[in-house]
Amino acid sequence: MSHSETHPQVSYLEYQGKYKGILGWLTTTDHKRIALLYMYCIVVFFFVAAILGLTMSIEKMRPGQDIMNAQTYNGLFTVHGIIMIFMIVIPGLAAVFGNFALPLLIGARDVAFPKLNLFSWYLYVIGAILAVLSQLLKGGAPDTGWTFYVPYSAGSSTNVIWALTAAFILGFSNILTGLNFIVTIHRMRAPGMTWFKMPLFPWSLYATAWIQVLATPIVGITLLMVIAERVLHIGFFDPALGGDPVLFQHLFWIYSHPAVYIMILPAMGVITEIFPTFSQKPVFGYGAIAISSLAIAFVGYFVWGHHMFTSGISYWSKWFFSFLTFIVAVPSAIKVFNWISTMYGGSIQMRPPLLYAISFVFLFMIGGFTGLFLGALATNVQLHDTTFVVAHFHYIIFGGMGFAFFAAIHYWYPKMYGKMYSDRWAYIAWGFTFVGFNLLYFPQFIIGVQGMPRRYFDYLPQFQWGHMLSGFGAFILLIGLILMAWNLIYHVKRGAIAPANPWKGVTLEWQIASPPTLENFEEIPVIKHNPYWFGTEEEIKREKKSVTRNT
Amino acid sequence: MFEGASNLAAGVDRSFILILAIAVFFTVGITAFMIWTVFKYNRKKNKPARQFTGSVTLEIIWTAIPLILVLVIFFYGWKNYAPMRKVPADAMQVTAIGRMWEWSFDYGNGKISKILVLPVDKAVKMNLHSVDVNHGFFIPAFRVKEDVIPSYNNYLWFIPKFKGEYDIFCSSYCGLQHSGMNTKTKVVDPADFTLWLDSLPATGNIPDAEGLTLLKNTGCIACHSLDGAKLVGPTFQAIYGKKHIVITDGKEIEIEVNDAYLISSILDPGKDIVKGFNKGMMQPYRDKLSDAQITLIIDYLKTLTGK
Ligand code: HEC
Ligand SMILES: [Cu+2]
Ligand SMILES: [Cu+2]
Repeated sequence: MSHSETHPQVSYLEYQGKYKGILGWLTTTDHKRIALLYMYCIVVFFFVAAILGLTMSIEKMRPGQDIMNAQTYNGLFTVHGIIMIFMIVIPGLAAVFGNFALPLLIGARDVAFPKLNLFSWYLYVIGAILAVLSQLLKGGAPDTGWTFYVPYSAGSSTNVIWALTAAFILGFSNILTGLNFIVTIHRMRAPGMTWFKMPLFPWSLYATAWIQVLATPIVGITLLMVIAERVLHIGFFDPALGGDPVLFQHLFWIYSHPAVYIMILPAMGVITEIFPTFSQKPVFGYGAIAISSLAIAFVGYFVWGHHMFTSGISYWSKWFFSFLTFIVAVPSAIKVFNWISTMYGGSIQMRPPLLYAISFVFLFMIGGFTGLFLGALATNVQLHDTTFVVAHFHYIIFGGMGFAFFAAIHYWYPKMYGKMYSDRWAYIAWGFTFVGFNLLYFPQFIIGVQGMPRRYFDYLPQFQWGHMLSGFGAFILLIGLILMAWNLIYHVKRGAIAPANPWKGVTLEWQIASPPTLENFEEIPVIKHNPYWFGTEEEIKREKKSVTRNT
Repeated sequence: MFEGASNLAAGVDRSFILILAIAVFFTVGITAFMIWTVFKYNRKKNKPARQFTGSVTLEIIWTAIPLILVLVIFFYGWKNYAPMRKVPADAMQVTAIGRMWEWSFDYGNGKISKILVLPVDKAVKMNLHSVDVNHGFFIPAFRVKEDVIPSYNNYLWFIPKFKGEYDIFCSSYCGLQHSGMNTKTKVVDPADFTLWLDSLPATGNIPDAEGLTLLKNTGCIACHSLDGAKLVGPTFQAIYGKKHIVITDGKEIEIEVNDAYLISSILDPGKDIVKGFNKGMMQPYRDKLSDAQITLIIDYLKTLTGK
């Protein structure tokens, strides 16, 4: 690690290395700048995919063809899925806030392999470009759904290979980020920061990173196999060639279920940072939250079959997958109870990050509980492949990961830019986003129960009311998102100067300047306490007598 | 309360209500608790935050309670699912064929229909067959759904409880017209069903009669034609009831082909030799065919009327 003798006071945003301006950004190895690079890409792609989603909702407000034909619609939901899943929610929190906050939270000057970190970003950009090209090139947008189920994907004449290659490369970007974080967490914690003195966002990133490293290669290989199937007609999956179509589903979900935890674990981590700060109180059940992250990551490997209950897999494998799916629900429940107990007895200041965190818990609960309907065998039969599933995973991914992303950006924004956004506009944007979101997705639970299948361009008239409400919700949601983006972008230049510690946080990132200098810490801090140490020594001693501590 | 359109609906709906009750209880309770804490412990009240960090007792409680609840839900969901995979032996069999992008229903004997007509109160087993990509066979009112995957012999079964018309959807994405791949099932009186099935023209492939399959598999048709041609042995065309000359113990006698003659010709071909054919060409099938199989063969031979 080099020294910062030259300009010790200059923030990472102003610091000038070898190159100036945009080139300075494209060659940066600073974890904070790379975090912002990821964030800008992700925000742009997010708006693209959100607008694709909006056009789908508009198309479906009335049955029959309105603004697009069936092929366009099928391409749209595929592209919407590929961008959202592979380019936004899977890398999202880890690449943006993991990169930005992990070294700060553990008292490090950067991640373990800064150059590899930049390389991951370039892989991400290459993957993203391929994904975008797959939409625009001659064969037409891929129309297989983001799940690429064989035999359809083996035969479709659209640009499936481009999309598969894109997902493959994006996967490698992910693996390298995961590797980087594992080594960073193992090797670069500040002196005195034992594992159980590490804040909980790094804990969740650690659990996530292991899934990224261990599970992502499986989908990589699987996607390559589909390419080989299309190009060389090998016959892995296509029964016409002697392959097994259900084998593909197994391989795909062996990755893609744990991928759900790649999305949601860092989200839980972010939320776990926010509750103590705004309650001025140690996180409740530190050990339980840390261990439950690992438990989710571990058990989450063995539940993939719950996506395949109707595919004709054996009776007892259904039993087994359903059972484990229920077991994995328990650590999530434990987290929820610990979060709400963190607020109990605190000194709560309602600010936008906390509002988003509370909304996260609410939406995540709905997402989680509706997951129980899908995990139970009897109800799964009715709900599988209906809009109930669509609503369920949007509550988990958007309501969970998305709202955690919003919480995180409102939480660390002052640290990132050294500016404050407007609280009032943040609340207004929240109102539109929250109402729009629920109006968009909640009706889909109900029509799903009534039997409305997913991935339907057209539908029978009895389902129209739900699609109609969804359409209005999509508009309201988009207004909220635009307001939120505007509030944040506008105040990067014009916001009030942020103090070093606007929320009175106690984790390490709040003890340094906003925005931080290039190397974060003039002197690496020595850690003595557990990370959420708010009170005076005396107060803590008094509490110790009345309530058991468990860290 | 749970009078579903099929015998399986009540189990699904009961599981649904159980989970719904638990979900609503906790979602409402926890949300209310959060809102309450925000007001009760608001910083504006100027009370210092208490600095406790956890409680082992509470952790145990809120691990145990969710664990018990999810196990109950799991068990209940499984219990109500189990009957869906146990097809009663007397179920009527219909094959649902999925192709991009329409359903057809094969009732056997070449009878193929685009809508699914079923007799009320009778168990039906749907054999699910795809000729191209994955489809999903879904009748929401009956609470049944299974994927239709090429080369997999998936199935489902149910008993329709009420007469009426119900929607059938394709639930698994299958390309351009996936959303148009729907049809109806019509549940009718058993008598009406029989009438309908009888009047349904046989447009599909008629499968071989069991007797013919036996003739093919045992190799009889290598020596016996079905169309009148003379091979190593006499043709089977219009064989039943035919009168012809056979040589028995060196004497020519005229016989009429009936059940007893056929049985003896199959079990002991050397006894009566058809005039114009050689002895010893056909081996006795005494140990190779069971009585039941011989009956099937004879039943089939009776149908070869000659035209
Ligand atoms: C290797 C050739 C061969 C095979 C195989 C063979 N047969 Fe024959 N079969 C003959 C010949 C030759 C005769 C006429 C001589 C005789 O009556 O024995 C005959 C006669 C018969 C007759 C009497 C026909 C008549 O017009 O009276 C019957 C019935 C018959 N076979 C049934 C069968 C059945 C059923 C099988 C299969 C299980 C079978 N055969 C297999 C050669 C064969
Ligand atoms: Cu899953
Ligand atoms: Cu379909």
